[in-house]
Amino acid sequence: MPVEIDVDHVARLARLELTPEEKERLREQLGLILEHAAKVGEVAAEDVPPTAYAIPRSNVFRPDRPDAMLTQEAALANAPDAEDGRFRVPRIAETGS
Amino acid sequence: MTAELCDAGAWELGAKLDIGEITAAEVIESCLARVEEVEERVRAFLTLTPEVARERAAELDVHRASGAPRSPVAGIPLALKDVLATKGIRTTCGSQILEEYVPPYDATAWARLSGEGGVLVGKTNCDEFAMGSSTENSAFGPVHNPWDLSRVPGGSSGGSAAAVAAGEVVWALGTDTGGSVRQPAALCGVVGMKPTYGLVSRYGLIAFASSLDTVGTFTRGVRDAALLLGAIAGKDPRDATSLDDGPGRDYVGTLEKGVDGMRFGVVQEAFGEGVEPGVRDAVRAAVERISAMGGRVDEVSLPHADYGLSAYYLIAPSEASSNLARYDGVRYGLRVPDASDSIEMMARTRGAGFGAEVKRRVMLGTYALSAGYYEAYYGQAQKVRTLIIRDYERAFADHDVLISPTSPTTAFTIGERADDPMAMYLSDVFTIPANLAGVPAITIPCGLDANRLPVGVQLTGPVLAEATVLRAAHALEADLALALRPPLLAA
Amino acid sequence: MAGWETVIGLECHVELSTRTKMFCGCRNEFGAPPNTNVCPVCLGQPGSLPVPNEEAIRRIVRIGLALDSEIAPHSLFHRKNYFYPDMPKNYQISQYDLPICVGGHLDVQLPSGEVKRVGITRVHMEEDTGKTSHVSASGRIHEAEHALVDYNRAGVPLVECVSEPDLRSPEEAAAYLRELRAILEALDVSDVRMEEGSLRCDANVSVRPAGSTELGTKVEIKNMNSIRSLERALVFERDRQIVALEAGQPLVQETRHWDEDSGSTKSMRSKEEAFDYRYFPEPDIPPIEPARAWVEELRASLPELPRARRERLGETLSAPELELEPAVIAGLLSSDRAETFIDVQRRSPEVGSRLIASFVLNEPEAAELSDVIVEILGFVHGERLSASKGKEVLEEVKGSGRSPVEIIDERDWWQVSDADALGAIADEVIAENPEVVEKFLAGKDAVIGFLVGQVVKKSGGSANPTLARQLLQERLSR
Ligand SMILES: [Mg+2]
Ligand SMILES: [Zn+2]
Repeated sequence: MPVEIDVDHVARLARLELTPEEKERLREQLGLILEHAAKVGEVAAEDVPPTAYAIPRSNVFRPDRPDAMLTQEAALANAPDAEDGRFRVPRIAETGS
Repeated sequence: MTAELCDAGAWELGAKLDIGEITAAEVIESCLARVEEVEERVRAFLTLTPEVARERAAELDVHRASGAPRSPVAGIPLALKDVLATKGIRTTCGSQILEEYVPPYDATAWARLSGEGGVLVGKTNCDEFAMGSSTENSAFGPVHNPWDLSRVPGGSSGGSAAAVAAGEVVWALGTDTGGSVRQPAALCGVVGMKPTYGLVSRYGLIAFASSLDTVGTFTRGVRDAALLLGAIAGKDPRDATSLDDGPGRDYVGTLEKGVDGMRFGVVQEAFGEGVEPGVRDAVRAAVERISAMGGRVDEVSLPHADYGLSAYYLIAPSEASSNLARYDGVRYGLRVPDASDSIEMMARTRGAGFGAEVKRRVMLGTYALSAGYYEAYYGQAQKVRTLIIRDYERAFADHDVLISPTSPTTAFTIGERADDPMAMYLSDVFTIPANLAGVPAITIPCGLDANRLPVGVQLTGPVLAEATVLRAAHALEADLALALRPPLLAA
Repeated sequence: MAGWETVIGLECHVELSTRTKMFCGCRNEFGAPPNTNVCPVCLGQPGSLPVPNEEAIRRIVRIGLALDSEIAPHSLFHRKNYFYPDMPKNYQISQYDLPICVGGHLDVQLPSGEVKRVGITRVHMEEDTGKTSHVSASGRIHEAEHALVDYNRAGVPLVECVSEPDLRSPEEAAAYLRELRAILEALDVSDVRMEEGSLRCDANVSVRPAGSTELGTKVEIKNMNSIRSLERALVFERDRQIVALEAGQPLVQETRHWDEDSGSTKSMRSKEEAFDYRYFPEPDIPPIEPARAWVEELRASLPELPRARRERLGETLSAPELELEPAVIAGLLSSDRAETFIDVQRRSPEVGSRLIASFVLNEPEAAELSDVIVEILGFVHGERLSASKGKEVLEEVKGSGRSPVEIIDERDWWQVSDADALGAIADEVIAENPEVVEKFLAGKDAVIGFLVGQVVKKSGGSANPTLARQLLQERLSR
């Protein structure tokens, strides 16, 4: 059975504006893809540990040594909008966390 | 058309450059002439850099005249998939959202080639953010397969595969997250190598799925693959997942050792329904050749490979949903004007800048990670990943190399699968498990099907067994002696 | 407000003072021009990758050890996904279910003198965000027309330390924060300047009927940038909640902003937005698995922590023979001057401890000046220099770097202890102050102080007051 998903909620989390047609198509397609993907639940037993890293390793660090930095000009070179050496964005209505 | 410099192997060109028989300038002119001739039809490139390339070649010739020793990559024209960052050269990822983006730094793999005298011809077209198997998901139009211009080159690194097949460059780099080097290489009749995860630095590889992404090579022969991989492999302090040099980076020295006594396992699950007869026959024939050369061949099972596709289509989109969050119109890339606040600006920018496949995967990944669903989807997929790694461990306990088709089909027609994501996803069913397990795999051409389209055979080895995989591939290549040439060039 | 119990837990964010940022080699410094301490990594440029700073890991392990946390043998970075313009990647590299430091506790000395053990839930490593300035004609955030973002702070190593909800009053919370800050100072891992944001603190507050064991509705308060404002915000919030509950108004679980000017907390109403951080293991960074031996090495090399130091020195300073007032002891303990006091006292056993304390207590550079202090105290004790001149000499040494002897010579501050010379002055003073002498002779002994003062004055400050008093008494009792 295709999976029912709340497209509006997911789009809000993904911060993605979608047209009504896109939403409808995604509802259908994602439902089918997820139905297929749900197969992962068939084989993975309780006692199988999850793998996040294909090649196991640990403790890879960098010495606390300064490295080359960008100039302000280079940092802002791709900015859609900038002011006073900073990135300019439309007003922020929400709060961070 | 007679064979030209641009159709030669890098090792061959290198030998001639070494003795001064040819110059780097002649080599680059040959490639640029080929670009001039075929690019309008193939459309492999998003950005061409002929001036920089000519300048670089001229410098190399001056340097060469001074008698300095030559690196194997010096003077060899190359292309980079447009997901590899190039300082000062626009890097789009095949996306509207990065159409104007000019990176302030070089990807490590490119920096290594550039540092050794590699000559960049341009940046190649690809599926948007490397998501796709046909290069039709590029925001800048599809690439055409040099073997049949009405067909796709495969993807996502379709531009790099087509450019190498058409002789526009001698070799190229692509990226392989679920088969994006091997599948297009197979469909374009060239050699595609995906190394062990972490062997080549990912620094500057614009991330799709970080735990699966690798930088891979496109060449027209296995010897060139060994040379090119040797030049880009090795620990990078800027990539915490890059591997220590391990067994050493000379992949050329062991190439000629042959397959006598080597143990090959034919993956039994890879010959079932969905595999085209032309593909099955060509791969079976390649297996026969290996046997004839003294390779010990038997069947092997990867019982969970079937679940790999499902796991992949949860893990990759999940990581992608996070990796692509940064395209928000604040620091670089597209910004939609006239938004009333930042939330709206971001949402509209992303809605306008991403194509359908990217939106599909971002939505899929966001869902799979969201509260209440993580365990059922992402969590389970990670367990399947464990099972696939165990499958390989078992298989490699008594085999050196595994054999399977690279792709279940040869090149399909442009537009054929565009509206059926599941059918498209099935293109990668044989390549995905190697990404999930991080193991190296190579595809080499092993024949043509009834439509005279190339078929690729995939050889997979255990972690860091690049030398073994290359050696087997080289023996098979020599034995098959196919000398493939796309009809585009034969005319 | 009787009948209610306040329950408080604190989440403190500590910026580490490493030379470089958490995941890139950019300089970690406060106050540079905007977007100059940045690189592809901390700007979230496509394709860049994080590599953790070894020194930051070392420091968080030391913090964990100081708080008696367990150092996890296997720990992971996770991505915390949410969109905000000051987050270059729109995810924060943080930690989730496998933090580096698990559990622990902090013993806090309450104003009552009682010591309270506050549980530590976890201490984890993450990265800081950039800084946003809201620009508006009116200056009010909610009327801002646009915002400007500076990423210099983005990627600065941030340690988050979460306490259990063990604190029961604003005063306890303040004491906890003070103690935490003292520990971080002793470890020398952070500048711990609340006003610069290198130490930040959010509080979770709820109230419940006294005796209840259930937790009330929790409110998170943010934006306190001093210990004093933390305390004020908690007092306000506690009272607000109690008033609401007593009036029968239900509380909502929410985040509130402390406003220093109005002295109140305000609800941070935002556009309707779902918070779902979609944590998953950060694929770009392999796990952290500290070797046991390394952890033990770090444990062994921890400096003495504030509480242990206070206990040890407090005992020494409270010895009855020192006759130090409790306020003086507390003053010495609140800084590194306790050590200096003990050091000087050991080297000048004949000098009275109160005199030593008067030299050390308010001298910020006492530790560096201990040799000079010992020398000056020697002169004062030998009655060759007055105590007040001694302090002036100390100031001069600090300013000029010259030796005390040079200064006293030049200023001619050596005390005159020559009985003949002083006797002559005493005779003059007696002759010039007949009324005062009369009072003394009438039995008002205290007025001799005035006469001593006159002798010292006439001598240009160099007279030894003890000798002067003795000479005056001799003359007047004749
Ligand atoms: Mg935090
Ligand atoms: Zn940086």
